[in-house]
Amino acid sequence: MASGADFIRKVKEQVREVDPKEVHPLVQSPNGVVIVDVREQHEFEESHLPGAKHVPRGHLESRIEGAAKDRSARVVLYCASGNRSALAARTLEQELGYENVESMTGGITLWKDRGYEVEVPRRLTPEQRERYSRHLLVPEIGIEGQLRLLDAKVLLLGAGGLGSPTALYLAAAGVGTIGIVDDDVVDLSNLQRQVAHSNDRIGMPKVDSAEHAIHEINPDVEVVKYQTRLDASNIMEIIEGYEVIVDGVDNFPTRYLLNDASVRLQIPVVSASILGFDGQLSVFAPYEGPCYRCLYPTPPPAELAPSCGANGVLGALPGVMGVLQAIEVVKLVTGSGEPLVGRLLLYEALSTTFTNLKVRRDPECAICSREPGSISDEQMGDFPDYEDFCSG
Amino acid sequence: MSKIKIPPVLRPSTGGEKEVSADGGNVGEVLRALAGQHPATQGQLFGEDGSLNRYVNVYLNDEDVRVLDGLDTAVKPEDTLVILPAMAGGR
Repeated sequence: MASGADFIRKVKEQVREVDPKEVHPLVQSPNGVVIVDVREQHEFEESHLPGAKHVPRGHLESRIEGAAKDRSARVVLYCASGNRSALAARTLEQELGYENVESMTGGITLWKDRGYEVEVPRRLTPEQRERYSRHLLVPEIGIEGQLRLLDAKVLLLGAGGLGSPTALYLAAAGVGTIGIVDDDVVDLSNLQRQVAHSNDRIGMPKVDSAEHAIHEINPDVEVVKYQTRLDASNIMEIIEGYEVIVDGVDNFPTRYLLNDASVRLQIPVVSASILGFDGQLSVFAPYEGPCYRCLYPTPPPAELAPSCGANGVLGALPGVMGVLQAIEVVKLVTGSGEPLVGRLLLYEALSTTFTNLKVRRDPECAICSREPGSISDEQMGDFPDYEDFCSG
Repeated sequence: MSKIKIPPVLRPSTGGEKEVSADGGNVGEVLRALAGQHPATQGQLFGEDGSLNRYVNVYLNDEDVRVLDGLDTAVKPEDTLVILPAMAGGR
């Protein structure tokens, strides 16, 4: 009876072996070559060749087709030192009819000794696995989507009716950085709907109160606070670097200013507004779909713009609209589903009706028909009676 | 009779009604019939030259009438018109 070492030696004589220096260029430009790591899960998770597929040798026969469907394609197998990959190469060639299989000599150990790069996959901590387990179970999010959420930077304009539920759900979803712009303090009359705040925080700046609520749900979220009003002098500085902006501002001048700045920086805006029992929602993704000015090229006159004064609103309405915004943010960050781009959703709470309207890009749009670089500072937020709009 | 959905900001002009029915063969006729029933909406919908105010979007079912034939867009009795001025409330 041959020893195990003799057997492996014999197998290595039967299969083709390839030196790491020949595999190295394939990492940059694979040209149809499939590199397969046949080690165990924990070994693969520690580090692997960039772009390598993972098929543990124990599951080789049942899973190889998921990694290399075409039996005539060149397949390079590797393991830790070149033994398991030689055995696997023999199986692929002799038992499964793969025509062009090689085993990398010396495995990933020799690869690393040569100083070649490896990929170290990011992992969730055991606590994160537990916290986000219901996301991990949804294929549209999964571990990749969750990692994207953890890396995401999302800016909330306003920590009021819309911003409160959005902040809470985005914090719960694990969005890594949440910026909040709000210059207001918590008032008793806010608490009918602004669920991020509380009775014992009346008088506290809303950015501080919202931070408190976010950290009560998820202490890992980094909160960046801007206790200020968004205006032409600070908007570019504040919004730059965020990947999604959630718009819940309460006045037209700021909405137009935000639109123009976000088009210039090409940041998508998840926009909602509420009044009484009615809500509107849309996603403005610059140059991919229409912008706010395509939808509303001209603001209404002050008497038709009830945003200026205090208006009644059903307390739960911003809850619905803010949570819809949070869902659109998660879709944009994880790249799942079809975000509400080029569509406007109307929600009428009294009749419980959702209506979808089409919104087209305006080829003549004053802002998004142009290159982002050509939008000047002076044109941003261009708005009739900018100063007087709400006082008039 | 076509249905017209009235947005919250125009409801004071329609006596609080959220939905109004009006006759007409095209969008302009239906909206003018609405203004006939509720004169306060006239100035909110139309400019002095009789064209639709630019800050008011009107949808025939789910399509903006501006990408159709504007006020001349044909309307069938089973159609719904949605009037949609911009809203900005967030708080």
